[in-house]
Amino acid sequence: MSHSPQTIIIAGGGIAGMTLAVLLKQALASGVQVVVCDPAAAEAAQKAPEDNPLRVSALAADGRRLLQGLGVWDAVSARAQAIASMEITDSALADPVRAKLLSLSGDVGAGEPFAHMLANDDVLHALAKAAVEAGVELCDARVERWLWNGAAAGSSGMARLSDGSRRQASLLVAADGARSNLRALAGIGWHGWGYGQTAIVATLAHERPHGGRAIQHFLPSGPFAILPLTGNRSSIVWTERAADVPALLAMDAEDMLTEIRRRFGLERGSLRLETWPVGAFPLALGVARRFYADGLALVGDAAHQVHPIAGQGLNLGLRDVMTLGDALVEAIRIGLPAGEMNLLRAYDRNRRADVIAMATVTDGLNRLFSSDFTPLRLIRGLGARLAGRSSVVKQMLIREAAGVGASTRD
Amino acid sequence: MSNDSSAPFPPRADPAEVAHFDALARRWWDPDGPMKPLHRLNPVRLAFIRDVVCEHFGRDARETAPFAGLTALDVGCGAGMLCEPLRRMGAAVTGLDPAPENIAVARAHAEAGGLEIAYRGELVEDVAAAGERFDIVTAMEVIEHVPDPAGFVAACCAAVKPDGVLLMATLNRTRKAWALAIVGAEYVLRWVPRGTHDWNRFVTPEELAAFIAGGGMTVQRTEGVVYEPWRDVWRRSRDTDVNYMLSARRLGGQGVF
Repeated sequence: MSHSPQTIIIAGGGIAGMTLAVLLKQALASGVQVVVCDPAAAEAAQKAPEDNPLRVSALAADGRRLLQGLGVWDAVSARAQAIASMEITDSALADPVRAKLLSLSGDVGAGEPFAHMLANDDVLHALAKAAVEAGVELCDARVERWLWNGAAAGSSGMARLSDGSRRQASLLVAADGARSNLRALAGIGWHGWGYGQTAIVATLAHERPHGGRAIQHFLPSGPFAILPLTGNRSSIVWTERAADVPALLAMDAEDMLTEIRRRFGLERGSLRLETWPVGAFPLALGVARRFYADGLALVGDAAHQVHPIAGQGLNLGLRDVMTLGDALVEAIRIGLPAGEMNLLRAYDRNRRADVIAMATVTDGLNRLFSSDFTPLRLIRGLGARLAGRSSVVKQMLIREAAGVGASTRD
Repeated sequence: MSNDSSAPFPPRADPAEVAHFDALARRWWDPDGPMKPLHRLNPVRLAFIRDVVCEHFGRDARETAPFAGLTALDVGCGAGMLCEPLRRMGAAVTGLDPAPENIAVARAHAEAGGLEIAYRGELVEDVAAAGERFDIVTAMEVIEHVPDPAGFVAACCAAVKPDGVLLMATLNRTRKAWALAIVGAEYVLRWVPRGTHDWNRFVTPEELAAFIAGGGMTVQRTEGVVYEPWRDVWRRSRDTDVNYMLSARRLGGQGVF
């Protein structure tokens, strides 16, 4: 007299989806069956990540602790660059010296930096290996449809996959990105807007060391972020008005480097592009109107897309994973179905306020700084200088950036 | 919780009966339906049961199926809201409910979920008299609905194996319980139909402990359950003024019969 464990299907093998898979399977072992449906996820376990990746992320301290708890951090720490300090400057492009508005530095705990920079592919590779080790099933088909049978009919649903097969599950987690098809099929609205801005992304090698400093130059067309990678390398996230981007992307490598140098500054000596061509991503902000539907939970970018200005996209996704993951582990341990409506509602309540707050802050920052209007520049200069003088405010900003502030889980 | 239907549920042929049956199943399992308060309360009482049973039998709550190898009897099981989680935690579960319709709904739901549970339309008094004994006996939110609480508790105690554990939950007979469970839940919030509860049938922890002592067992742990309206959640508490849960074991671990 035995029964099979509950199945949770995770649609999408990005960092949020894979982290949730590893968390659930490590905590519940044979008490749950976890399937990640994504053709790319199975691949990530096999192939070694490239040395000069295009997509990099800031990982805040709370997300790092989560990955450490799952045994994933040790596999990526050698390739992660600690951010020792953040600097914000506000300047027009032609200004020869970028006035330093605000400088933040500090650790959240003894020897624990508030954030690290690392390559998305490095994290995905380590997560895929941990997933296979824990017994997560990596399925190389996509989830196309989700039909919920209802709580009155066994609290389960049926997923139809792109290879034509069907799988029954107690819960489907949509981790299929900002343009989530499963979110749309579930009829969940998306409240969002474009910025009319595009982010150009590249990895640079520079002559002189960066000292772990992350720099945001707030230029009138949008923020230009310089994020430290291991060695004498940095990743840039260069935000431009979308209309100006095609002309930039049409340039050859040498002209592109010249344009980058104008924004990057000269303090780190000569520059070299480590990635070519550069990447370009249109920026948008959006928040799902609900983070759940019948037997369905949204995590990561499927639930929210924020401006990369504060480097919080990945961290918000990992906070979704912590909240949903902990709730699912406890529910399954006390024998409740994973897709239980009250559980999903509690997840929605816990996460959506935090996400909307972050989306509003990053949106506001971008609007405030992406302007050449003099009164605005004066106001933002004054605000940042005041913040910079107060060690209490600085410490608060650091802890918020690290995700270990009072309002988030420790 | 029980209802007045007397005939056993007929085979699923008559469309009107099928529709009635489906409506009843939804009534029980819809998280926003008439059983909403029980759905909200369920995680709290399940966590209590999990903690008590794991402590009592020396099980690790983090293991898969911590109740494996144990037998459980759920008295007043309704449509199986407690039985199904107990089964998923690994116990071999028997559910009792005097209402045949509840038993039919419970059976169909367990089958849809692939869960093997023995549902029987019997009274605990008869099961105990027949000499059946279980490692775990639960009677959660039931005693306030029975006409003879002392006899009911004695039968529940008798159904517990010598080394087993009894778990009960009910409403305290206090002014606060009257205000919250009767006025609040039935009239203001309309969580449950008016007349669901009769305050006079609520049982104080002292009275329940005395009934349990009469059944040859002794109360081990009593915990309150409180509702936090601003977060819309129930949580465990030391405050036993309204809802409370308790566990009991046999004195000296030996049976008295």
